[in-house]
Amino acid sequence: MAESYRRSQWSHGLFILPYLLVFLALLVFPLFWGMWLSLHKVDLFGPGRFVGLTNYIRVAGDAVFLQALRNTVVFVLVSVPTLVALGLFLALALNRTTRTTSFFRGLFFSSSVLSVTIVTLIWRFVFIPGDGLLSVLSEQAGWQQINFISTQGWSLFAVGVTTVWWCVGLPMMLFLAALQQVPQDLYEAAALDNASPWRVLTRVTLPSIARTIMLVTIIQIVFQFQLFGQAQLMTNGGPNGSSRPLVMYIYEVGFIRWDVGRAAAASQYLFLIILIAAMAQYVVSSRKTEDGA
Amino acid sequence: MNPPNDTYRPDVLTANRPLLWGAAFLSVIMMAPVAWLVGLSIKSNQDLMVGTDSVFRAPYTIANYLNILHSSQVFGWFFNSLVVATGETLMVLILSSLAGYGFARLEFPFRRTLFIIVLFGLAVPEQAVIIARHQMFNWFGLHNTYLGLMLPGMSGAFGVFLMTQFFRAIPKDIDEAALLDNASQWRIFWKIMLPQTLPAQATLGIFTFLHGWNDYWWPLISATKKEMYTLTVGLASSQSNFAQSEGLGFLAAQAVFASVPALIVYVIFQKHIVTAVSGGAVK
Repeated sequence: MAESYRRSQWSHGLFILPYLLVFLALLVFPLFWGMWLSLHKVDLFGPGRFVGLTNYIRVAGDAVFLQALRNTVVFVLVSVPTLVALGLFLALALNRTTRTTSFFRGLFFSSSVLSVTIVTLIWRFVFIPGDGLLSVLSEQAGWQQINFISTQGWSLFAVGVTTVWWCVGLPMMLFLAALQQVPQDLYEAAALDNASPWRVLTRVTLPSIARTIMLVTIIQIVFQFQLFGQAQLMTNGGPNGSSRPLVMYIYEVGFIRWDVGRAAAASQYLFLIILIAAMAQYVVSSRKTEDGA
Repeated sequence: MNPPNDTYRPDVLTANRPLLWGAAFLSVIMMAPVAWLVGLSIKSNQDLMVGTDSVFRAPYTIANYLNILHSSQVFGWFFNSLVVATGETLMVLILSSLAGYGFARLEFPFRRTLFIIVLFGLAVPEQAVIIARHQMFNWFGLHNTYLGLMLPGMSGAFGVFLMTQFFRAIPKDIDEAALLDNASQWRIFWKIMLPQTLPAQATLGIFTFLHGWNDYWWPLISATKKEMYTLTVGLASSQSNFAQSEGLGFLAAQAVFASVPALIVYVIFQKHIVTAVSGGAVK
């Protein structure tokens, strides 16, 4: 390489300067300003008053926050394995290029490009009692109707169904990409051994894409911890807060009750959870280079 | 992602019949809500008042769609979304291309450190910054402006990361030849390097556009005036009187109408989307 012209020059930095300014102003500064705010009692008007860790302690002791945390954890524990399993199933089923499989791939990914508003609108048309698709169908079948959206215990389930429908495309695509990279000679060897399909799946396919399964799981955990729009639009967190997620707690405290400091503290808790997951992802994905894969 | 090959694959597991039937069954569940929505949108609101099972019977009508044409509000929101998503896309492409070129092919002080700091930005979720961001935009009077709606989308580090990867992959000798001709860095970037990254620009552009078009949380917080709503927030606001005055059919037609742009982008650019989704995250 011609080192002469690549020598370090301040003026070369001008290329990154525009982005760097936006990055500092809209990401780095708000990140630290948010931490600063979380240590203050701030409302919409006037400057804040330093209160130390009070916001953190009050948030941690807030029954509404704890319920939101529990809801979010339950939601993640159910939705993420479902998304991974369903995504894996679809990838295995569609891992071949024919016109039919391309059509199905396109179909299962298409919901991912819709906005949360549309997605929840579609599913509310399914779930609304009396007029919804489920009501109409169960009436035809003579089943008892459940009002999913306003029944405690079912509302979060309805949010979960909607979420899986919306998000399943991404895991499927990631698994498909991983399946394409499984060495073919492994399958040829398995075929020579007359291995059963189940044996091939558990001994060849799954071990070969184990790291992708891990990565997809973590990506989805990071994603699903940020649940907000579905719950807000479908159930508004109800009934009795039984489907209120963490982000909705932050939204309500910060932008409806304008307790800015406390909302900032709650958002730092969420940041911590997501940061741990993101670090796990970094560890898993950097292990790849050690394997030389 | 490697282009899927149609060469012979030992068919032990891939796409065997029962799995494919399973996928077909799931696709019915996948499509049923959408079919229901479209069905509702082409029924008159009077028929739906009597019972939504009237969807299964004629007569059908396009009156709900014609009503959208008369509703200036929905069109205003549509326009806002278009302005915000397009503006955001252009700005992200410009900022990310410049920064990606700088990080990938130039030397300047603290380059590595700055790049690592930017990569850390990938791990920061919107929730961690949104409270402070809202306050800042308040200071500068940016709420309820197009610029205010676009700006947060420009700070994402993903575009810079993606473009840096692409610029790195371009062979070295291309710009070395130009340097021997004493071309300026700017000229090399503009005339030689940028045209090489068109596929990457397409991928990044589509993703940014879809993100800008679909974003819900920030416009919900920042746009408080009804005329500044984007389509996502506007539609959400008309959901609150669900099944009331406006009628189910009209609401369903709005939903269909609002999802069409995203679906068109998806169908046209499907290849780029698949490449980005499957290539970007796993490799």
